[in-house]
Amino acid sequence: MSKAKQSKIKNPYSYALVAPIGIIFAIFFVIPTIVSFFFSMTRWTLFDWEFVGFENFVQYFKEASLAIGFKNTLIYGVVTSGLKVIFGLALALLLTGRLRAKGFLRSVVYFPVLVSTIGVGFTFSILMDPNYGAINKAIVAFGKTIGWETYGPGWLVDPNLLPLFSVAFVDVWKGVGIATVLYMAGLASIPQEYYEALAVDGGGAWDKFRNITLPLVRPATAAVVILSFIGGLRSFDLIWAMTNGGPGFLSDVIASINYKQYQAGFYGLATAGNVILLFFVLAIVGPVYWFFNKKEKQA
Amino acid sequence: MTKRGIALALPLALVFGATVAAPSQAADTEITWLVDNGQANQDAANALIAAYEKANPGNKVTLVLRPGGTDGDNLVKTKLATGSMEDVFTYNSGSLFQALAPSKNLLEMTNEPFMKNVLSGFYPVVSVGKKVYGVPFGTASVGGILYNKKVYAKLKLKIPTTWAEFMANNKKIKAAGIDPVIQSYKETWTSQLFVLADYFNVQAAYPNFAADYTANKEKYAKNKVALRGFQYIEENKKLNYFNRDYASTTYAQALDKLALGQGAHYPMATWAIPQIAAQQPANLEDVGFFAQPGPKASVNGVTVWVPSGTYIPAATKNAAAAKKFVGWMTSAKAVDVMNGVEGFAGGPYYIKGANIPNALPGAVQDVMKYFAKNATAPALEFVSPIKGPNLEKILVEVGLGITTAAKAAAAYDADVVKQAKQLGLKGW
Repeated sequence: MSKAKQSKIKNPYSYALVAPIGIIFAIFFVIPTIVSFFFSMTRWTLFDWEFVGFENFVQYFKEASLAIGFKNTLIYGVVTSGLKVIFGLALALLLTGRLRAKGFLRSVVYFPVLVSTIGVGFTFSILMDPNYGAINKAIVAFGKTIGWETYGPGWLVDPNLLPLFSVAFVDVWKGVGIATVLYMAGLASIPQEYYEALAVDGGGAWDKFRNITLPLVRPATAAVVILSFIGGLRSFDLIWAMTNGGPGFLSDVIASINYKQYQAGFYGLATAGNVILLFFVLAIVGPVYWFFNKKEKQA
Repeated sequence: MTKRGIALALPLALVFGATVAAPSQAADTEITWLVDNGQANQDAANALIAAYEKANPGNKVTLVLRPGGTDGDNLVKTKLATGSMEDVFTYNSGSLFQALAPSKNLLEMTNEPFMKNVLSGFYPVVSVGKKVYGVPFGTASVGGILYNKKVYAKLKLKIPTTWAEFMANNKKIKAAGIDPVIQSYKETWTSQLFVLADYFNVQAAYPNFAADYTANKEKYAKNKVALRGFQYIEENKKLNYFNRDYASTTYAQALDKLALGQGAHYPMATWAIPQIAAQQPANLEDVGFFAQPGPKASVNGVTVWVPSGTYIPAATKNAAAAKKFVGWMTSAKAVDVMNGVEGFAGGPYYIKGANIPNALPGAVQDVMKYFAKNATAPALEFVSPIKGPNLEKILVEVGLGITTAAKAAAAYDADVVKQAKQLGLKGW
């Protein structure tokens, strides 16, 4: 359907009905977005502002940790969405199969989604403490049983270990429930006849997965990838709770760099950073969205 | 009200509620006071209010607490910008005070009679030009090296007066199986002391450093003396003198290590002493203090963190009552009250005739010797409005070996540019 045709269709709701949400939308979404474009071009101390043109953007791109931030943001988005696809699909296959206590296991997988991100972040940063954390205590205890003196790794603090991956792992643990649910819905919508036809032709379990399940859950894959990729790109809360972007700047992402600018009182500069983040996310998600939509139509 | 009306009014009330809410219309002897939620400050504030209300019947002061750190900075700025600041508030002096746009937001106190009670040495850190905006709250803190006296006695070490002696001590301490230097990078602000507390040595070598630094003529990367603080961290890291778990150690754990003698030195300031008293009361007297040594024994002194200020916002409706209370805080009676709060006094007050208690922890007595010798200098953040926000993270990178001292100093010089531009300073 072309855009011109679309606009000719009469709006089925009267303006009076949509006006309240329209006003709320304007006050809380449209106006702040426009205002933020304005303030991104000012030196803004909360007390007064001074128009500085694109100076904030120039300054922002000089930020030393920005290169790390962009790189980490991308790595984090790719790693978390990739792992969520793999684990989400695997768990969905498991949980839609013949299994006892299916309902219980499904809630177990989904449960971490319901817990507060900050709570999860603090919990895991305690678990991953190199000295006192349960993970390293287990490693040290296990090492002793095989006669191996070890001092567990600094999951979140050792610069050689890339603390970002420890955070990404927790992100996957917390978010894989949503991917699983999306995949379960996708699996349920595959008609059984295909599997029956394949069985008649003598295909095995791998053929079933490779030739029917995988192609036909593509809409679910698209949803999982886009949702978790956007989530990964703008991720902040978990990283902040676990590492504060550290050690140093090693696990900084764009959002945490922006947050630190606000903290420091550089409000104009931080707003410019958020405008950049907006365009960065659009520039990456746009093509991904287009790619999956195209494939979906072909299929 | 219709449902639509409610839907609209609710978010609007959330947005405007904060500014529209009128202050209570009771007698104007009722005021509010905003203080950060640090335990020692809270205790002192409560004691001050109790004494003030007792001495001035009919005058009521309500304490309001705020978070410290950068969250507190933003809260204070937001309150001032929206006109919702309490009648009296306590906040950092020096560079953070300058960021509040004092001439616009604060009530001038230059000609108030009670300013005569305040030592003139305090004026510059709460002034814009010749206009003074605050009175001191509490005592100065002093940065240097906290050390464990038992470790020093056991290994027969002498208090170092040069950096070389300090490193020689570290070598012996390491050989004895004790951590020479404690670091606590879980709380990144603690990484800064080697650099910030070295400012006594910097200004001794370059008396003009602060002015030139503010005017964009001096740089940490360029000035060999200023760079030394960065190199001290690098040197200790290379020699493996930090405690093994320093990347994940918290401030509280570091204080335990120091008090219990698991580590010998902790570069820190005297604001840690009340917390050691709370965490390890039995070992408080094992902790001593000495100035961060520089290259020469003849130049040996401490870097001072001037007390916070107490200010009145220009927008207050209770200016007279607020001034009365703020003025009372500079009185001898108020000093007595603060001295009565255990662990609160950690250095001199900036109030005329104010004495600190005789029975002080040993580490504070060590500090007072430097004041007696006049071997003190204010920290750079009190003589220059510039302090970059990322110093602590950059120094963590040096300490972890991610970057070198020279690169870190250059990175910090770049970080500082943002702050200078934000303040609209000339020459940046």
